[in-house]
Amino acid sequence: MSNVRLLVGTKKGAFILTADGKRQNWDVSGPHFAGWEMYHLKGSPADPNCIYASQTSGWFGQIIQRSDDGGKTWEAPGGGVTTTPEGMPAGESNKFVYEGEVGTHKWYDGTQHPWEFKRVWHLEPSLTDPNTVYAGAEDAAIFKTVDGGKTWKELSGLRSAKGHLWQPGAGGMAVHTIILDPKDVNRIYIAISAAGAFRTDDGGKTWKPINRGLKSQYELPDPDAEVGHCVHRIAMHPSRPGVLFMQKHWDVMRSDNAGDQWSEVSGNLPSDFGFPIEVHAHEPETIYVVPIKSDSEHFPPDGKLRVYRSRSGGNEWEALTKGLPQKDCYVNVLRDAMSADSLEPCGLYFGTTGGQVYGSADGGDSWNPIVRDLPAVLSVEAQTLR
Amino acid sequence: MIRVVLPFHLRTLARVESEVQIDVAPPVTVSSILDALEARYPVLRGTIRDHVTLRRRPFLRFFACKEDFSNEPPDAALPDAVVSGTEPFLIIGAMAGG
Repeated sequence: MSNVRLLVGTKKGAFILTADGKRQNWDVSGPHFAGWEMYHLKGSPADPNCIYASQTSGWFGQIIQRSDDGGKTWEAPGGGVTTTPEGMPAGESNKFVYEGEVGTHKWYDGTQHPWEFKRVWHLEPSLTDPNTVYAGAEDAAIFKTVDGGKTWKELSGLRSAKGHLWQPGAGGMAVHTIILDPKDVNRIYIAISAAGAFRTDDGGKTWKPINRGLKSQYELPDPDAEVGHCVHRIAMHPSRPGVLFMQKHWDVMRSDNAGDQWSEVSGNLPSDFGFPIEVHAHEPETIYVVPIKSDSEHFPPDGKLRVYRSRSGGNEWEALTKGLPQKDCYVNVLRDAMSADSLEPCGLYFGTTGGQVYGSADGGDSWNPIVRDLPAVLSVEAQTLR
Repeated sequence: MIRVVLPFHLRTLARVESEVQIDVAPPVTVSSILDALEARYPVLRGTIRDHVTLRRRPFLRFFACKEDFSNEPPDAALPDAVVSGTEPFLIIGAMAGG
Protein backbone atom coordinates (compact mmCIF):
# COMPACT_ATOMS: atom_id res chain seq x y z
CA MET A 1 0.00 0.00 0.00
CA SER A 2 1.31 3.42 -0.85
CA ASN A 3 1.57 6.24 1.63
CA VAL A 4 1.66 9.98 1.29
CA ARG A 5 3.92 12.27 3.26
CA LEU A 6 3.45 16.03 3.25
CA LEU A 7 6.39 18.24 4.16
CA VAL A 8 4.97 21.48 5.46
CA GLY A 9 7.12 24.55 6.10
CA THR A 10 5.64 27.32 8.23
CA LYS A 11 6.65 30.63 9.74
CA LYS A 12 7.34 28.91 13.06
CA GLY A 13 8.51 25.39 12.32
CA ALA A 14 8.07 22.37 10.08
CA PHE A 15 5.38 19.71 10.22
CA ILE A 16 5.20 16.30 8.60
CA LEU A 17 1.78 14.90 7.78
CA THR A 18 1.43 11.25 6.80
CA ALA A 19 -1.44 9.10 5.62
CA ASP A 20 -2.03 5.83 3.82
CA GLY A 21 -3.23 5.71 0.24
CA LYS A 22 -6.82 6.47 1.20
CA ARG A 23 -5.63 9.86 2.46
CA GLN A 24 -8.40 10.15 5.01
CA ASN A 25 -6.63 9.86 8.35
CA TRP A 26 -3.47 11.86 8.90
CA ASP A 27 -0.76 11.74 11.52
CA VAL A 28 0.86 15.05 12.37
CA SER A 29 4.49 15.26 13.45
CA GLY A 30 6.04 18.50 14.63
CA PRO A 31 6.85 21.22 15.11
CA HIS A 32 10.33 20.42 13.91
CA PHE A 33 12.77 23.32 14.36
CA ALA A 34 10.14 25.09 16.44
CA GLY A 35 10.25 28.84 16.23
CA TRP A 36 12.30 28.98 13.02
CA GLU A 37 11.01 30.02 9.63
CA MET A 38 10.97 26.86 7.54
CA TYR A 39 10.83 28.13 3.99
CA HIS A 40 10.90 24.80 2.21
CA LEU A 41 11.42 21.08 2.70
CA LYS A 42 11.80 18.62 -0.14
CA GLY A 43 12.69 14.96 -0.44
CA SER A 44 15.05 13.41 -2.94
CA PRO A 45 13.24 11.66 -5.81
CA ALA A 46 16.08 9.12 -5.75
CA ASP A 47 15.72 8.43 -2.03
CA PRO A 48 12.48 9.78 -0.55
CA ASN A 49 13.70 9.34 3.01
CA CYS A 50 16.47 11.82 2.28
CA ILE A 51 14.86 15.19 2.95
CA TYR A 52 16.43 18.63 2.89
CA ALA A 53 15.04 21.61 4.79
CA SER A 54 15.74 25.31 4.71
CA GLN A 55 15.71 26.64 8.27
CA THR A 56 16.11 30.38 8.52
CA SER A 57 15.86 33.25 10.95
CA GLY A 58 16.23 36.98 10.97
CA TRP A 59 18.40 36.57 14.05
CA PHE A 60 20.59 33.61 13.20
CA GLY A 61 20.68 33.36 9.43
CA GLN A 62 20.53 30.28 7.25
CA ILE A 63 20.75 26.63 8.29
CA ILE A 64 20.36 23.64 5.99
CA GLN A 65 19.07 20.49 7.62
CA ARG A 66 19.05 16.98 6.25
CA SER A 67 17.17 13.89 7.32
CA ASP A 68 17.94 10.37 6.13
CA ASP A 69 15.02 8.68 7.84
CA GLY A 70 12.03 10.48 6.40
CA GLY A 71 12.07 13.37 8.84
CA LYS A 72 12.36 11.53 12.14
CA THR A 73 15.85 12.86 12.88
CA TRP A 74 17.81 15.72 11.37
CA GLU A 75 21.41 16.84 11.06
CA ALA A 76 22.99 19.98 9.70
CA PRO A 77 25.33 18.46 7.07
CA GLY A 78 28.90 19.17 7.96
CA GLY A 79 27.79 20.86 11.13
CA GLY A 80 29.06 18.24 13.52
CA VAL A 81 32.31 18.41 15.43
CA THR A 82 34.53 17.48 12.53
CA THR A 83 38.00 18.81 11.90
CA THR A 84 40.47 18.95 9.08
CA PRO A 85 43.89 17.28 9.49
CA GLU A 86 45.13 20.72 10.56
CA GLY A 87 42.60 20.77 13.39
CA MET A 88 40.31 23.43 11.92
CA PRO A 89 36.52 23.02 11.76
CA ALA A 90 35.48 21.28 8.58
CA GLY A 91 31.81 22.20 8.62
CA GLU A 92 30.80 24.54 5.83
CA SER A 93 27.20 23.44 5.57
CA ASN A 94 25.46 26.74 5.91
CA LYS A 95 27.90 28.85 3.98
CA PHE A 96 26.34 30.48 0.93
CA VAL A 97 28.85 32.85 -0.61
CA TYR A 98 28.44 34.47 -4.00
CA GLU A 99 31.16 33.53 -6.46
CA GLY A 100 33.72 36.00 -7.75
CA GLU A 101 33.04 39.69 -8.11
CA VAL A 102 29.75 40.12 -6.27
CA GLY A 103 28.47 42.94 -8.44
CA THR A 104 25.25 44.85 -8.02
CA HIS A 105 21.59 44.78 -8.90
CA LYS A 106 19.06 47.56 -9.12
CA TRP A 107 17.80 48.89 -5.78
CA TYR A 108 14.42 50.34 -4.94
CA ASP A 109 15.61 53.87 -5.62
CA GLY A 110 17.08 52.96 -9.00
CA THR A 111 20.68 52.94 -7.80
CA GLN A 112 22.87 49.85 -7.90
CA HIS A 113 23.10 47.73 -4.75
CA PRO A 114 25.46 44.84 -3.91
CA TRP A 115 24.13 41.31 -3.74
CA GLU A 116 23.58 40.22 -0.12
CA PHE A 117 22.72 36.66 0.82
CA LYS A 118 19.62 36.48 3.05
CA ARG A 119 18.08 33.02 2.97
CA VAL A 120 17.22 29.93 0.93
CA TRP A 121 13.67 29.95 -0.36
CA HIS A 122 13.61 26.67 -2.26
CA LEU A 123 15.52 23.40 -2.31
CA GLU A 124 15.41 21.14 -5.36
CA PRO A 125 17.10 17.77 -4.97
CA SER A 126 18.51 16.11 -8.07
CA LEU A 127 16.24 13.61 -9.78
CA THR A 128 18.92 10.91 -9.59
CA ASP A 129 21.45 11.67 -6.83
CA PRO A 130 20.40 12.22 -3.21
CA ASN A 131 23.59 14.17 -2.49
CA THR A 132 23.06 16.72 -5.24
CA VAL A 133 20.69 19.59 -4.46
CA TYR A 134 20.02 23.02 -5.90
CA ALA A 135 19.12 25.91 -3.61
CA GLY A 136 17.27 29.04 -4.68
CA ALA A 137 18.44 32.01 -2.65
CA GLU A 138 17.54 35.59 -1.80
CA ASP A 139 19.23 37.81 -3.09
CA ALA A 140 18.53 35.94 -6.27
CA ALA A 141 21.04 33.20 -6.95
CA ILE A 142 21.19 29.47 -7.38
CA PHE A 143 23.60 27.32 -5.40
CA LYS A 144 24.45 23.63 -5.81
CA THR A 145 25.78 20.99 -3.48
CA VAL A 146 27.13 17.65 -4.66
CA ASP A 147 28.14 16.40 -1.21
CA GLY A 148 24.79 16.18 0.50
CA GLY A 149 24.68 19.75 1.73
CA LYS A 150 28.10 20.03 3.32
CA THR A 151 29.30 22.65 0.86
CA TRP A 152 27.46 24.90 -1.58
CA LYS A 153 28.73 26.57 -4.72
CA GLU A 154 26.95 29.30 -6.63
CA LEU A 155 26.12 28.84 -10.31
CA SER A 156 27.09 32.42 -10.84
CA GLY A 157 26.27 32.56 -14.53
CA LEU A 158 22.69 33.29 -13.56
CA ARG A 159 23.61 36.73 -12.29
CA SER A 160 25.10 37.47 -15.71
CA ALA A 161 21.64 37.21 -17.26
CA LYS A 162 21.08 40.96 -16.91
CA GLY A 163 21.29 40.73 -13.14
CA HIS A 164 22.23 44.39 -12.91
CA LEU A 165 18.67 45.18 -14.06
CA TRP A 166 16.89 42.99 -11.51
CA GLN A 167 15.10 44.93 -8.81
CA PRO A 168 13.53 43.41 -5.69
CA GLY A 169 9.78 43.54 -5.28
CA ALA A 170 8.03 43.92 -1.97
CA GLY A 171 8.60 40.25 -1.15
CA GLY A 172 12.32 40.37 -1.85
CA MET A 173 14.36 39.17 -4.81
CA ALA A 174 14.65 35.42 -4.59
CA VAL A 175 15.02 32.34 -6.74
CA HIS A 176 11.83 30.63 -5.59
CA THR A 177 11.28 28.09 -8.35
CA ILE A 178 13.73 25.50 -9.67
CA ILE A 179 12.58 22.89 -12.20
CA LEU A 180 14.89 20.15 -13.40
CA ASP A 181 14.22 18.73 -16.86
CA PRO A 182 13.85 14.95 -16.47
CA LYS A 183 14.85 14.35 -20.09
CA ASP A 184 17.82 16.71 -20.29
CA VAL A 185 20.16 16.85 -17.32
CA ASN A 186 21.63 20.12 -18.57
CA ARG A 187 18.34 22.00 -18.72
CA ILE A 188 17.06 23.83 -15.63
CA TYR A 189 14.34 26.45 -15.33
CA ILE A 190 14.26 28.97 -12.50
CA ALA A 191 12.05 31.92 -11.63
CA ILE A 192 12.67 35.10 -9.66
CA SER A 193 10.00 37.49 -8.44
CA ALA A 194 10.29 40.88 -10.13
CA ALA A 195 13.04 39.57 -12.44
CA GLY A 196 11.43 36.79 -14.46
CA ALA A 197 12.04 33.26 -15.67
CA PHE A 198 15.40 31.96 -16.84
CA ARG A 199 16.74 28.77 -18.43
CA THR A 200 20.07 27.08 -18.69
CA ASP A 201 20.84 24.47 -21.33
CA ASP A 202 24.37 23.75 -20.16
CA GLY A 203 23.92 22.60 -16.59
CA GLY A 204 23.96 26.06 -15.07
CA LYS A 205 27.01 27.67 -16.66
CA THR A 206 25.01 30.15 -18.71
CA TRP A 207 21.43 31.33 -18.42
CA LYS A 208 19.07 33.31 -20.58
CA PRO A 209 15.85 35.14 -19.78
CA ILE A 210 12.75 33.35 -21.10
CA ASN A 211 10.11 36.03 -20.72
CA ARG A 212 8.94 36.73 -24.26
CA GLY A 213 5.18 37.10 -24.36
CA LEU A 214 4.85 38.18 -20.74
CA LYS A 215 3.06 41.49 -20.35
CA SER A 216 3.49 43.67 -17.28
CA GLN A 217 2.25 46.97 -18.63
CA TYR A 218 1.68 48.58 -15.24
CA GLU A 219 4.98 47.55 -13.69
CA LEU A 220 7.14 47.60 -16.84
CA PRO A 221 6.45 50.37 -19.33
CA ASP A 222 8.74 48.71 -21.91
CA PRO A 223 6.60 46.05 -23.65
CA ASP A 224 9.73 44.26 -24.83
CA ALA A 225 11.46 44.16 -21.44
CA GLU A 226 13.55 41.00 -21.26
CA VAL A 227 13.68 40.99 -17.47
CA GLY A 228 11.69 42.56 -14.65
CA HIS A 229 8.55 40.43 -14.94
CA CYS A 230 7.16 39.22 -11.65
CA VAL A 231 6.92 35.48 -12.11
CA HIS A 232 5.30 33.89 -9.09
CA ARG A 233 5.58 30.23 -10.01
CA ILE A 234 6.24 27.83 -12.87
CA ALA A 235 5.05 24.23 -13.12
CA MET A 236 5.88 21.41 -15.49
CA HIS A 237 4.64 17.86 -16.02
CA PRO A 238 7.61 15.47 -16.17
CA SER A 239 6.28 13.74 -19.28
CA ARG A 240 6.40 17.02 -21.24
CA PRO A 241 9.35 19.06 -20.03
CA GLY A 242 9.00 21.61 -22.82
CA VAL A 243 5.50 22.62 -21.73
CA LEU A 244 5.49 25.11 -18.88
CA PHE A 245 2.68 26.76 -16.96
CA MET A 246 3.19 30.03 -15.11
CA GLN A 247 1.31 32.00 -12.49
CA LYS A 248 2.59 35.51 -12.94
CA HIS A 249 1.91 38.47 -10.65
CA TRP A 250 -1.07 39.01 -12.90
CA ASP A 251 -1.87 36.51 -15.69
CA VAL A 252 -1.69 32.75 -16.00
CA MET A 253 0.56 31.79 -18.90
CA ARG A 254 1.75 28.74 -20.79
CA SER A 255 4.66 27.97 -23.05
CA ASP A 256 4.93 25.04 -25.45
CA ASN A 257 8.54 25.64 -26.38
CA ALA A 258 10.48 25.56 -23.12
CA GLY A 259 9.78 29.17 -22.30
CA ASP A 260 10.89 30.71 -25.60
CA GLN A 261 7.41 32.17 -26.03
CA TRP A 262 4.51 32.52 -23.60
CA SER A 263 0.80 33.04 -24.17
CA GLU A 264 -1.90 33.97 -21.72
CA VAL A 265 -4.39 31.30 -20.63
CA SER A 266 -6.18 33.16 -17.84
CA GLY A 267 -9.52 32.69 -19.62
CA ASN A 268 -12.51 32.85 -17.30
CA LEU A 269 -10.67 33.02 -13.97
CA PRO A 270 -12.31 35.47 -11.53
CA SER A 271 -8.85 36.99 -10.99
CA ASP A 272 -5.66 36.05 -12.76
CA PHE A 273 -3.53 37.20 -9.83
CA GLY A 274 -2.20 34.43 -7.60
CA PHE A 275 0.85 32.58 -6.44
CA PRO A 276 0.93 28.77 -6.87
CA ILE A 277 0.28 26.73 -9.98
CA GLU A 278 0.37 22.94 -10.10
CA VAL A 279 -0.04 20.19 -12.68
CA HIS A 280 -2.05 16.99 -12.20
CA ALA A 281 0.22 13.97 -11.77
CA HIS A 282 -1.37 11.93 -14.56
CA GLU A 283 -3.02 14.51 -16.82
CA PRO A 284 -0.45 16.93 -18.28
CA GLU A 285 -3.12 19.33 -19.47
CA THR A 286 -4.88 19.55 -16.10
CA ILE A 287 -3.61 22.47 -14.05
CA TYR A 288 -4.61 24.19 -10.83
CA VAL A 289 -4.38 27.76 -9.52
CA VAL A 290 -5.77 29.63 -6.53
CA PRO A 291 -7.00 33.06 -7.65
CA ILE A 292 -6.26 35.95 -5.32
CA LYS A 293 -8.17 39.19 -5.54
CA SER A 294 -5.33 41.55 -6.43
CA ASP A 295 -1.77 42.65 -5.78
CA SER A 296 -3.15 45.00 -3.15
CA GLU A 297 -5.52 42.54 -1.49
CA HIS A 298 -3.85 39.17 -1.00
CA PHE A 299 -6.93 37.09 -0.27
CA PRO A 300 -9.50 35.18 -2.34
CA PRO A 301 -12.14 37.16 -4.25
CA ASP A 302 -15.41 37.53 -2.35
CA GLY A 303 -14.01 35.75 0.72
CA LYS A 304 -14.42 32.39 -1.08
CA LEU A 305 -11.46 30.03 -1.11
CA ARG A 306 -11.61 28.40 -4.51
CA VAL A 307 -9.12 26.28 -6.38
CA TYR A 308 -9.58 26.59 -10.11
CA ARG A 309 -8.90 23.65 -12.40
CA SER A 310 -8.41 23.66 -16.12
CA ARG A 311 -8.49 20.36 -17.98
CA SER A 312 -7.48 22.01 -21.20
CA GLY A 313 -4.15 23.48 -20.24
CA GLY A 314 -5.70 26.84 -19.47
CA ASN A 315 -8.35 29.26 -20.76
CA GLU A 316 -11.31 27.19 -19.54
CA TRP A 317 -11.47 26.98 -15.77
CA GLU A 318 -13.85 25.48 -13.25
CA ALA A 319 -14.14 26.44 -9.60
CA LEU A 320 -13.49 23.66 -7.07
CA THR A 321 -15.28 24.58 -3.86
CA LYS A 322 -16.50 21.41 -2.18
CA GLY A 323 -15.09 21.35 1.32
CA LEU A 324 -13.45 24.78 1.08
CA PRO A 325 -14.77 27.82 3.00
CA GLN A 326 -17.10 29.84 0.80
CA LYS A 327 -17.55 32.86 2.99
CA ASP A 328 -15.44 35.07 5.22
CA CYS A 329 -12.16 33.50 4.11
CA TYR A 330 -9.27 35.92 3.81
CA VAL A 331 -6.17 33.75 3.71
CA ASN A 332 -3.50 33.59 1.04
CA VAL A 333 -1.83 30.58 -0.55
CA LEU A 334 1.86 31.19 -1.17
CA ARG A 335 3.82 30.12 -4.23
CA ASP A 336 5.47 27.00 -2.80
CA ALA A 337 2.42 25.90 -0.83
CA MET A 338 0.67 23.64 -3.35
CA SER A 339 1.67 20.15 -4.37
CA ALA A 340 0.32 16.96 -5.94
CA ASP A 341 0.89 13.31 -5.09
CA SER A 342 1.07 10.66 -7.79
CA LEU A 343 -1.48 8.17 -6.52
CA GLU A 344 -4.58 7.22 -8.46
CA PRO A 345 -6.65 9.33 -8.25
CA CYS A 346 -4.19 12.19 -7.95
CA GLY A 347 -4.08 13.97 -4.61
CA LEU A 348 -3.76 17.75 -4.32
CA TYR A 349 -2.68 19.72 -1.25
CA PHE A 350 -2.24 23.33 -0.35
CA GLY A 351 -1.49 25.35 2.77
CA THR A 352 -2.69 28.81 3.71
CA THR A 353 -1.34 31.78 5.57
CA GLY A 354 -4.08 31.05 8.09
CA GLY A 355 -2.41 27.76 9.01
CA GLN A 356 -4.75 25.33 7.28
CA VAL A 357 -3.56 22.52 5.06
CA TYR A 358 -6.28 21.25 2.75
CA GLY A 359 -6.13 17.98 0.87
CA SER A 360 -8.06 16.41 -1.96
CA ALA A 361 -7.87 12.70 -2.72
CA ASP A 362 -9.90 13.00 -5.91
CA GLY A 363 -8.03 15.40 -8.14
CA GLY A 364 -9.59 18.48 -6.57
CA ASP A 365 -13.27 17.53 -6.76
CA SER A 366 -13.56 17.68 -2.97
CA TRP A 367 -11.37 18.97 -0.17
CA ASN A 368 -10.87 18.40 3.52
CA PRO A 369 -8.80 20.26 6.07
CA ILE A 370 -5.95 18.02 7.24
CA VAL A 371 -4.88 20.51 9.91
CA ARG A 372 -6.45 23.84 10.71
CA ASP A 373 -4.26 25.71 13.15
CA LEU A 374 -0.62 25.64 12.10
CA PRO A 375 1.46 28.79 11.84
CA ALA A 376 1.27 30.51 8.46
CA VAL A 377 2.16 27.93 5.83
CA LEU A 378 5.08 28.79 3.55
CA SER A 379 5.43 25.55 1.62
CA VAL A 380 3.85 22.15 1.04
CA GLU A 381 5.55 19.26 -0.72
CA ALA A 382 3.81 15.92 -1.27
CA GLN A 383 5.80 12.71 -1.38
CA THR A 384 4.28 9.50 -2.68
CA LEU A 385 5.88 6.57 -0.87
CA ARG A 386 5.49 3.17 -2.50
CA MET B 1 37.43 28.02 31.08
CA ILE B 2 35.27 30.70 29.54
CA ARG B 3 31.55 30.41 30.21
CA VAL B 4 29.29 31.28 27.28
CA VAL B 5 25.51 31.56 27.45
CA LEU B 6 23.73 31.02 24.14
CA PRO B 7 20.20 32.09 23.15
CA PHE B 8 17.53 29.39 23.06
CA HIS B 9 17.59 28.71 19.33
CA LEU B 10 21.36 28.35 19.18
CA ARG B 11 21.31 25.99 22.15
CA THR B 12 18.88 23.71 20.34
CA LEU B 13 20.88 24.01 17.15
CA ALA B 14 24.17 23.10 18.85
CA ARG B 15 22.40 20.61 21.14
CA VAL B 16 23.87 22.05 24.32
CA GLU B 17 22.57 23.26 27.67
CA SER B 18 22.14 26.92 28.46
CA GLU B 19 25.79 27.47 29.29
CA VAL B 20 28.84 26.02 27.55
CA GLN B 21 32.41 26.13 28.77
CA ILE B 22 35.24 26.47 26.30
CA ASP B 23 38.96 26.90 26.39
CA VAL B 24 40.04 30.18 24.85
CA ALA B 25 43.67 31.02 24.29
CA PRO B 26 44.52 34.53 25.47
CA PRO B 27 43.87 37.29 24.77
CA VAL B 28 40.20 36.69 25.57
CA THR B 29 38.15 38.88 23.27
CA VAL B 30 34.78 38.67 21.54
CA SER B 31 36.59 37.45 18.46
CA SER B 32 38.63 34.75 20.22
CA ILE B 33 35.58 33.49 22.12
CA LEU B 34 33.60 33.17 18.91
CA ASP B 35 36.54 31.48 17.17
CA ALA B 36 36.71 28.88 19.92
CA LEU B 37 32.93 28.48 20.08
CA GLU B 38 32.64 27.88 16.34
CA ALA B 39 35.57 25.45 16.38
CA ARG B 40 33.79 23.42 19.04
CA TYR B 41 30.34 23.73 17.47
CA PRO B 42 30.75 24.24 13.71
CA VAL B 43 27.00 24.37 13.18
CA LEU B 44 27.09 27.80 14.84
CA ARG B 45 29.32 29.23 12.12
CA GLY B 46 27.38 31.97 10.37
CA THR B 47 24.67 32.15 13.01
CA ILE B 48 26.35 34.69 15.29
CA ARG B 49 28.50 36.52 12.78
CA ASP B 50 28.67 36.55 9.03
CA HIS B 51 30.62 33.70 7.42
CA VAL B 52 32.83 36.01 5.40
CA THR B 53 32.92 39.46 6.97
CA LEU B 54 32.76 38.09 10.55
CA ARG B 55 30.50 41.01 11.44
CA ARG B 56 27.98 40.43 14.21
CA ARG B 57 24.53 39.56 12.94
CA PRO B 58 22.30 42.61 13.39
CA PHE B 59 19.85 41.12 15.90
CA LEU B 60 22.41 39.61 18.27
CA ARG B 61 24.07 41.31 21.21
CA PHE B 62 27.14 40.52 23.33
CA PHE B 63 26.88 41.24 27.06
CA ALA B 64 29.24 40.58 29.99
CA CYS B 65 29.42 41.94 33.50
CA LYS B 66 26.34 44.08 32.85
CA GLU B 67 28.09 45.82 29.97
CA ASP B 68 27.22 45.78 26.28
CA PHE B 69 30.17 44.74 24.11
CA SER B 70 28.14 44.44 20.91
CA ASN B 71 29.67 47.47 19.28
CA GLU B 72 33.12 47.26 20.80
CA PRO B 73 36.01 46.24 18.55
CA PRO B 74 35.97 42.44 18.33
CA ASP B 75 39.58 42.24 19.43
CA ALA B 76 39.09 44.40 22.54
CA ALA B 77 39.97 42.66 25.80
CA LEU B 78 37.02 41.45 27.90
CA PRO B 79 36.77 41.95 31.67
CA ASP B 80 38.87 39.80 34.02
CA ALA B 81 35.70 38.25 35.44
CA VAL B 82 34.97 36.74 32.02
CA VAL B 83 38.56 35.61 31.57
CA SER B 84 38.55 33.90 34.97
CA GLY B 85 35.17 32.29 34.40
CA THR B 86 33.54 34.15 37.27
CA GLU B 87 31.07 35.79 34.91
CA PRO B 88 29.66 34.36 31.68
CA PHE B 89 29.86 35.91 28.23
CA LEU B 90 26.26 36.35 27.09
CA ILE B 91 25.10 36.06 23.48
CA ILE B 92 21.59 37.49 23.39
CA GLY B 93 18.91 37.66 20.74
CA ALA B 94 17.86 41.28 20.49
CA MET B 95 14.25 42.25 20.91
CA ALA B 96 13.07 42.36 17.33
CA GLY B 97 9.47 41.23 17.19
CA GLY B 98 8.22 38.24 15.26
